[in-house]
Amino acid sequence: MSTLPVEQTLDCRGLSCPLPILKTKKTVNSMADGEVLMLLTTDPGSPGDVAAWAKKTGNKVLTSQAEAGVYTFYIKKTLLRGMV
Amino acid sequence: MSETQKKVALIASRGTLDWAYPPFILGSAAAAMDMEVMIFFTFYGLPLLNKKIDAKVSPHSNPAMPMRMPFGSKDFQQIDWNIPNFISGNMPGFDTMATSLMKETFKNKGVATIEELRELCVDCGVKFVACQMTMDVFGFTKDQFIDGIEVGGAAMFLEFAADADIQLFL
Repeated sequence: MSTLPVEQTLDCRGLSCPLPILKTKKTVNSMADGEVLMLLTTDPGSPGDVAAWAKKTGNKVLTSQAEAGVYTFYIKKTLLRGMV
Repeated sequence: MSETQKKVALIASRGTLDWAYPPFILGSAAAAMDMEVMIFFTFYGLPLLNKKIDAKVSPHSNPAMPMRMPFGSKDFQQIDWNIPNFISGNMPGFDTMATSLMKETFKNKGVATIEELRELCVDCGVKFVACQMTMDVFGFTKDQFIDGIEVGGAAMFLEFAADADIQLFL
């Protein structure tokens, strides 16, 4: 498993939709532009949800992987251009 | 912003435990995706604004609802208890039992409670509007609702919905 330097980790294992997205949003809000969040989930819907959330909010999913029912995402906080 | 902010207009018209979920799930998720959200609570959706939510589920009026137990072995939990409608509709306390089973299942599966999801909606700035007309008809007053509720009519919802990207009646 690759390891990236991360500024924050968020454990959403055991939580169902939409909690992983809501908690991710809250955590990312508290981070600075360019910082990386490591997110852990077990909700089988989360790969699709995290990708959709990132696409809509402009944040970048650097890598994601699934191992033994646990999904790991590395999300880079990315402020949309022109947004304060 | 590279694109204009999306707007989501939802109508919450039902207040049973099962139907209480969609508006709060979609509302909070949309807000987390940087969308502007209004939920208009009307008819039986109004009690979802009460300080204390007392939503129940009624298997009698949801014939396709799977009846499963939230405890026991995995195989036991997969059994669909096919309870005839004349029993579920006539046995006192059946809805209360089904409600507690559903709440227990949701808890086991890591699903947030209605109150938690509602609070998350408020935290992310989802706008709640209570329908004035149904408040009058059913005798609701604003002070029995949680704080920060607006009261309005059909035109208020429609003005917002007219240029919303997503409009759903739930």
